Amino acid sequence: MHLAYPAVLAALLFCTGLYGVLARRNAILVLMSVELMLNAVNLNLVAFDVWLRDRLHSGQALTLFTIAIAAAEIGIGLAIVLAVYRNRGSSAVDRLRDTAETDEAETVPAGDDEDDDPADAATRPEDQATAPAGKAKKAEATP
Amino acid sequence: MTPALAAASAAPGFLSPTGVEIAFVLVGIATLGAALVTVTTRQLVHAALWLIVALGGLAVEYLLLTAEFIAWVQVLIYVGSVVVLLLFGLMLTRAPIGRSPDADSENRLPALVVAVASAAALVWVVVDAFRTTWIDLDGPAQGSTKATGSFLFRNWVLPFEALSVLLLAALVGAIVLSRKGGRADARAGGAPAAAPDREDER
Repeated sequence: MHLAYPAVLAALLFCTGLYGVLARRNAILVLMSVELMLNAVNLNLVAFDVWLRDRLHSGQALTLFTIAIAAAEIGIGLAIVLAVYRNRGSSAVDRLRDTAETDEAETVPAGDDEDDDPADAATRPEDQATAPAGKAKKAEATP
Repeated sequence: MTPALAAASAAPGFLSPTGVEIAFVLVGIATLGAALVTVTTRQLVHAALWLIVALGGLAVEYLLLTAEFIAWVQVLIYVGSVVVLLLFGLMLTRAPIGRSPDADSENRLPALVVAVASAAALVWVVVDAFRTTWIDLDGPAQGSTKATGSFLFRNWVLPFEALSVLLLAALVGAIVLSRKGGRADARAGGAPAAAPDREDER
């Protein structure tokens, strides 16, 4: 088999995941795209290991380690996403702007609030209550 | 005749594919299509289900590359647990069933430009580099369970054990992050809409 086939497939899968990471808004969809990118790397590792006929089989061993690390990563990532959802009532990555450099970058665009579901609206006062706290914290952090 | 030309003529060409190559390309097209649907669909649960197709297709690709053990690990861990975890996450964050209008953020166009540019660059470089490289798939399978156990526990024992410690750390971290009560809960004041979810989580 030509090595170009798995290499090209891995490159295309990686770029698909890259598009997903950049374009998606929901944090869980971003995690799915990260999984696609990791899998593209795994395919590269396996293909090059089979091609090189390495005695240590480094590629396949690293693939197994990558799979295990990806499982750990998805567990931690989902725990973080759920914690953010509990505190903010949203899992949209472009609304988490508390650590923005400037105040106008921190404000969420007005168009985002229109398509919120009721569960989101129920936690809205709490969301605004934490926003000044974050701002004060940032103010005292910057000299 | 230069050595490069000799190597090119010695290797089988792109126009005479073997059966394994045809199967690889067909499964690869299905995998890539499923991945594209995963990153573009507006239905969040469908994205997770298409991710199963993409990851299963990759498992078939591993089988075609004679890495059987990794193929089954892929099926067990990715299709079996990671996608299920993602579906749990989608349900616990109350992802809307059906089409959601805001699945994509407003920077879709820059993302598309970056992805297409990097895809073009990577594919060009990779094809240019490995045009005349041939994988020899004959002989004993290099990724059979016997071979995998042999190299994993003969040469890679220490990283393997370190990995188990990492998995333990990830387990403890996930429990701490999603624990009920504690300081983080008092600060949040208990979001009423999301409160019932926490019993289901652990």
